[in-house]
Amino acid sequence: MAFLEVKNLKKSFGSTKVLHGIDFSMEQGEVVAVIGASGGGKTTFLRCLNFLEIADEGTIEIDGGFSFNAEKKYTESEIREMILRMGLVFQSFNLFPQYTAFDNVFIPMKLRTVERHKKDKSFDLAAALEENRERARYLLCEVGLKDKMQNYPWQLSGGQQQRVAIARALAQNPDVLCFDEPTSALDPELTGEVLRVIKELKDKGCTMIVVTHEMEFARKVADRAIFFADGVIEEEGVPEKLFEHPTSPKTAAFLGHVNGSLNG
Amino acid sequence: MGFLEVTQALLDGLWNTFLIFALTLVLALPLGLVISFGSMSKIKPISYIVKFFVWIIRGVPLMLQVIIIYYVPGMLFGVPVLSRFVAVIVAFVINYACYFSEIYRGGIEGIPRGQYEAAQVLGMTKWETFRTVILMQVIKRILAPMGNEVITLVKDTALARVIMVVEIIQAAQNFAAYGLMWPLFYTAVFYLAFVGVLTLLFGYLEKKLSYYKV
Ligand SMILES: Nc1ncnc2c1ncn2[C@@H]1O[C@H](COP(=O)(O)OP(=O)(O)OP(=O)(O)O)[C@@H](O)[C@H]1O
Ligand SMILES: [Mg+2]
Repeated sequence: MAFLEVKNLKKSFGSTKVLHGIDFSMEQGEVVAVIGASGGGKTTFLRCLNFLEIADEGTIEIDGGFSFNAEKKYTESEIREMILRMGLVFQSFNLFPQYTAFDNVFIPMKLRTVERHKKDKSFDLAAALEENRERARYLLCEVGLKDKMQNYPWQLSGGQQQRVAIARALAQNPDVLCFDEPTSALDPELTGEVLRVIKELKDKGCTMIVVTHEMEFARKVADRAIFFADGVIEEEGVPEKLFEHPTSPKTAAFLGHVNGSLNG
Repeated sequence: MGFLEVTQALLDGLWNTFLIFALTLVLALPLGLVISFGSMSKIKPISYIVKFFVWIIRGVPLMLQVIIIYYVPGMLFGVPVLSRFVAVIVAFVINYACYFSEIYRGGIEGIPRGQYEAAQVLGMTKWETFRTVILMQVIKRILAPMGNEVITLVKDTALARVIMVVEIIQAAQNFAAYGLMWPLFYTAVFYLAFVGVLTLLFGYLEKKLSYYKV
């Protein structure tokens, strides 16, 4: 079995069918870029992987992690266990405005530690929380925000906010980290710093799925690119190959359009 | 009748004004939250009924509500059921809870969905999300409209006199029987002081919360 295996994933909203049966798998440490036209279901796919939407049909499995089957009913806490295995970075950052960069990373960790301690008093809470603090500081340094830990989100640029969001998502040590157009809300001059962080995460062995319109980035960083169209994976392959020699006319049309709009 | 004597009488009236104000606030703030949850309920019949109720309460003058709550139970059962003061409190609490509920609702519904979703993917429970993420943002959002409503409440307490609960205006009017008008004008000083304190308090709170932006 692959590290992450998704089989026949389907999702509808009312009568709108959005995902028509996605089969997808990836290995640990792999970075997959997801491209596709607007409305193709990329966001919905990531939301299903992170259980913000519960798929109508299909399975999601992480080797040694969890196994989700849409036919089964899960309790809220079972879903939460699975959610914690996945990470999601949003297009719009969604930092908590009332907390500093440090607290944005630390508080979610703290809540989990406190919950764990309620069930199992055998470990030292204070020491565990100190470890959490240490981890929050470490992660913020990793994304290059050593000097911004005590700043509130409104005091940070978009690129800095997104890097806090990445540190926050990394804090729970997810098996797979998903990004939904992480640079689309940023001014062009700020996209570089976020993409650089993602590149560094790849070098550290982080397993990632990145929905992006940054073709250059996908080409350089992703091990594989998948092209989403109308709720199915239309085509996938090594980015170079997919971008240069698409076999599906839909892929070709999309790439032509993207390249066209880049050149024009 | 001297200045001190009048001041003393007005202060006695002010005490009732303050009691109506404080009791209404203490009871209507939590009740308003319950009502706002009702009006946001996903169970449609509940939200319709609650919204209908809020429409009635906000649509009828508070003065009329005070009169109804005091007299109607008495007319139905033949004897006065509530004391005058309790009737005032009941009417005020219901009325203000409805106004507060709309403010809460606006505050809660104004929180972007992304905040809930971010909390969810970080593994927070619903309660943790409310307590650690949503609450402070709601408080910040509702502070200004709440300030307005609370200041309105100070002045609405004067409506208690329609069922002869003696608050500060009524206390002043009692002097009119002796041909004294100035105590009535003098009450404005007390209202202004009361509202002044509240304005400072809300200003202070707003400043306290200015370290973040929502
Ligand atoms: N909660 C929802 N309710 C109803 N329809 C939805 C919902 N979420 C998404 N959709 C629909 O599902 C389709 C796919 O949306 P999705 O956001 O997954 O596409 P996308 O590939 O991420 O597009 P984009 O590139 O614009 O972000 C769209 O037609 C959208 O209108
Ligand atoms: Mg999308």
